[in-house]
Amino acid sequence: MSELEVAVTGGQEIWQGGESPYAIPSKKLGMWLFIVSDSITFGAVLFCYAYLRLASPDWPTPFRLASIENATIMTFVLLSSSVTMVAAVEAAKAGRIAASVRWLGATMLGGVLFDILHIREWLGLIHEGLRLSQNPWGSGLFGAAFFTLTGLHMTHVTIGVIYLCIVAIGFRRGKFTSDDVEISGLYWHFVDLVWMFIFPLVYLLSARIR
Amino acid sequence: MGKLFAVVLTVITLVSASFFVLHTWWMPVDISVHGPALDKQFGETLLGTGIGFIVAQLSLAFFVWQSSGRNEGRKTRQFPGGARIMVTTAVILVGFEILALSFVGQKAWAAVNLDPAPPNALHIDVQAEQFAFYFRYAGPDGQFGGVHPDKISDGDGNYFGLDPANDVAARDDIVVGSLTIPVNQPILLSMHSKDVGHSFYVRELRIQQDFVPGLMIPVHFTATQTGKFEIVCTQLCGLGHYNMKAYLNVVTQEEYDQWLKSQIGQ
Amino acid sequence: MHDTSKQTAEHHHSPPQGFLWTHVFSLDHKVIGKQYYFLSLAAVLIGMILSWLVRFHLAWASVAIPGLQHLSQVGAPGGIITPEYYLSLLTLHGTLMVFFVLTTAPQAGFGNYFLPIQIGAEDMAFPRLNMLSFWVTFVGFVVLVSTLFVSDGPPISGWTAYAPLSAIGSDAGPGLGTGQVLWVISIGIFCIGSLLGALNFIATTLDLRAKGMTLARMPYTTWAWFITAVLGLLAFAVLLPACVLLALDHLGGTSFFIPGGLVVSDKLQPHSGGSTLLWQHMFWFFGHPEVYIAIIPGLGITSHILTATARKDLLGGTRVLVGCMVSIAFLSFMVWGHHMFISGMNPFSSLVFSVPTLIITIPASIVTLNWIGTVFGARLRLHTAGLFAIGFISVFVTGGLSGFFLAQPSLDIYLHATYFVVGHFHMVMGVAAIFGMFAGTYFWFPKMFGRMMSEPLGKLHFWVTFIGVYCIFMPMHYLGLAGNVRRYSAFVDDYLAPLIPVHKFITISAFVTGAAQLLFLFNLFWSMYRGKKAEENPWQATTLEWTIPSPPPFDNFGGRHPVVYRGPYEFGVEGTPDDFVMQDSPEQPAKS
Repeated sequence: MSELEVAVTGGQEIWQGGESPYAIPSKKLGMWLFIVSDSITFGAVLFCYAYLRLASPDWPTPFRLASIENATIMTFVLLSSSVTMVAAVEAAKAGRIAASVRWLGATMLGGVLFDILHIREWLGLIHEGLRLSQNPWGSGLFGAAFFTLTGLHMTHVTIGVIYLCIVAIGFRRGKFTSDDVEISGLYWHFVDLVWMFIFPLVYLLSARIR
Repeated sequence: MGKLFAVVLTVITLVSASFFVLHTWWMPVDISVHGPALDKQFGETLLGTGIGFIVAQLSLAFFVWQSSGRNEGRKTRQFPGGARIMVTTAVILVGFEILALSFVGQKAWAAVNLDPAPPNALHIDVQAEQFAFYFRYAGPDGQFGGVHPDKISDGDGNYFGLDPANDVAARDDIVVGSLTIPVNQPILLSMHSKDVGHSFYVRELRIQQDFVPGLMIPVHFTATQTGKFEIVCTQLCGLGHYNMKAYLNVVTQEEYDQWLKSQIGQ
Repeated sequence: MHDTSKQTAEHHHSPPQGFLWTHVFSLDHKVIGKQYYFLSLAAVLIGMILSWLVRFHLAWASVAIPGLQHLSQVGAPGGIITPEYYLSLLTLHGTLMVFFVLTTAPQAGFGNYFLPIQIGAEDMAFPRLNMLSFWVTFVGFVVLVSTLFVSDGPPISGWTAYAPLSAIGSDAGPGLGTGQVLWVISIGIFCIGSLLGALNFIATTLDLRAKGMTLARMPYTTWAWFITAVLGLLAFAVLLPACVLLALDHLGGTSFFIPGGLVVSDKLQPHSGGSTLLWQHMFWFFGHPEVYIAIIPGLGITSHILTATARKDLLGGTRVLVGCMVSIAFLSFMVWGHHMFISGMNPFSSLVFSVPTLIITIPASIVTLNWIGTVFGARLRLHTAGLFAIGFISVFVTGGLSGFFLAQPSLDIYLHATYFVVGHFHMVMGVAAIFGMFAGTYFWFPKMFGRMMSEPLGKLHFWVTFIGVYCIFMPMHYLGLAGNVRRYSAFVDDYLAPLIPVHKFITISAFVTGAAQLLFLFNLFWSMYRGKKAEENPWQATTLEWTIPSPPPFDNFGGRHPVVYRGPYEFGVEGTPDDFVMQDSPEQPAKS
């Protein structure tokens, strides 16, 4: 520190400006803030689900073994896509652009597969009579809460796939940096984390036990 | 400017406070058993906040008076004791008020909302709808008939959806548009709504409780004076909200018995 | 020397070209701040006119309002407001004021303009996101106002939109079909705009501070905007899904908020299983932090202006004020049930909620006592901004004290849904927060527009407004004590008849006070073009916004990187020629 600075600050370490605190650049901080906010949104919807479930005497347990198996595969697919995402970020940080883009592609594929399995499940349930407003096995609120919650999540997965696509293309072209890949990774892991709440709370707790 | 502010603020403070002190517009006389405790708590809160109001506003006015006007070259002074005394005052004074009011208040609240109704309470069923209150008495058999939403027909006067044809208990239920109760008799109201949210408010009874669609909410009280009082809706329920009311008739036991007999005839 | 160029380079953007990019889709936080401010101005004008209509109807229900039938033939045939139209106008008044005025101008308006400057930055962390946030908010505003022009009019369920009235649809009343759906969409859009804005504020405050601008040296306003942004990020995240669920009840046939067995307009509703209390919980979990979002910027602005007015720092300084604002913000998430004491939720919860509600009084009292203590021994310069700052203290005391009654469930039994509540929240939100906005306008206008506002007009505006708001809202407390219920379009109950003269007094006061606001409007626009040219630091204040030209250049600091050497409010420092030292002045040793 210069003499003037010492005189002014009493020798204390002063904020130098220009560099982010805790070494988190603005864009990454922005993504973290978005994740905090979106967690609260999902939290609110999960709270609704729990509230309505506890308040309903005829809450159905409609998920047969086949459904739980399907949902388990979906969970495995999403978790694997998080692993490929980690690999993509590592490759990006190491400067291996082509490898990173390939891993991003694998992650996107995981997301798309998740969506396909999910839609397949939805169609099956709709075929059996489950709707937003009615439910052949009990309280109509189950359909409403189920489709809203999983619909919100599926929307996030789909947006994530598109987001990763844009990042992958931009990264390959040199427009985006490895930081951007890491930030998209944060979003993807968040979406996966939300599923790890939905899967037990909605599926496993509503399984039909014989 | 500063002196003008001080004068204006002082006038505003004293005029505002005077209307509270003089009870120019005030709560009506309380006619309930639990009311005096609430009114006492109200009085204590008014005293505390009233003193706080006057002291704070007049101090502000006084300090503005002192600190304004020609003051070039004058040095500013720190309030003696600095922020520490303010923090201490706030924590101790306000903290004490909070503790006192919470302790006193929870007893009054519990008497109204947590304690169960006395076993000899007269049970009356109350239904709120857009835009009227209806009251149902159990009749000589002491049993309320079941309610069926699909049988509700305002046009036929079947507000509660009773089924006298198939339900014996419903045959002698008495349904009226005003609430008649004997004085000094514990009353238990079972409140439910036919359509949207409403609320039941009788100022003199110091009672206010929302009707929640889908729930049956118990409210109990004992009236200590006879008279005719207004029940008004306080939860926004649609275009007729302002007009949604009923009368509460608190009568002597003899008058009540006579009234009941005349209703049974119908 | 630390390399500051990396972060700066990341956030640097060049001056815009072309009319659209300079004035409409500008990325410049100053332009965006002004856009938000003028959006709020439009909203407050409409909201104020709505309040005149409502107050007029209460005082003179049978007198026709000429021309109103052209706005709505159904709602005001022959110029006389129907009971349902009264509720529509009231709902729109509340919604516009709470969202598009109180949540917008103090935070997105002034905050956008001055936060980057006060921390020594060129712009916000995400300028494109900032621009998007404004236009999203604008779309929300248009959707909301459009409810005035749909066939059934705006919803009649109040700004609180309680279920099932707000969820069942048009069976429950006029405006509850299309109007309610548009309302829900508007608010949902507003949530998104607010969330994006909050994100921007937080990232900017943490990352873009200039050298020497430690968190402890940030001005009170920056702290207030930062804390408010954190509240917004968390609170709006709950309102958004609540709106989605309510929309689904209308459009998707769901029954989230509608229980079974309801008979509305002689029709058995096809819904079942939902909970009306669920809406109240979700709404108020957002709603309570929301009112602190409305007032905390005002706390910051008042404190900030008070220092320049009193020529001394606030008693307790940054540590106490920020400590109190943080406590208030933290506690604000625990008190939502105090709007629901008699709602039918478990009455034991009511007792639980009243405890943190009462505890909030403590930091609020500390802040207030510190303000009053700052005025002691001050050297007051009572320009209009200073008058509004000191006026804020008075009205905040009044509004806060009436809250003390409402915080106790046993007293709420009598006072709930009466004019006592209306008086309380208007005093804190409709008066105190607005005083903060006026103070901010008079204070920062020279910097924003390079000209001074007229002081005589400003002072006249202050006096009429200060006396006027007490004449309007103090009597509401008396009405509440008499048990006058709120949201009534007419006073037909026996006990209300003697109170109608009080309502007439309030209405007349409202018109007089409203007229004074037109004075303010005139002053605002006239001064933009004809006001005396402003210098760099007309109030002799100390923070960074007063170190740059009025109005500031495109990148705020003209290419230089400010360095901060001292705290934000060094007034009356020993051995200085003036009675103040600028924050970026290295000459004298720093106090902090």
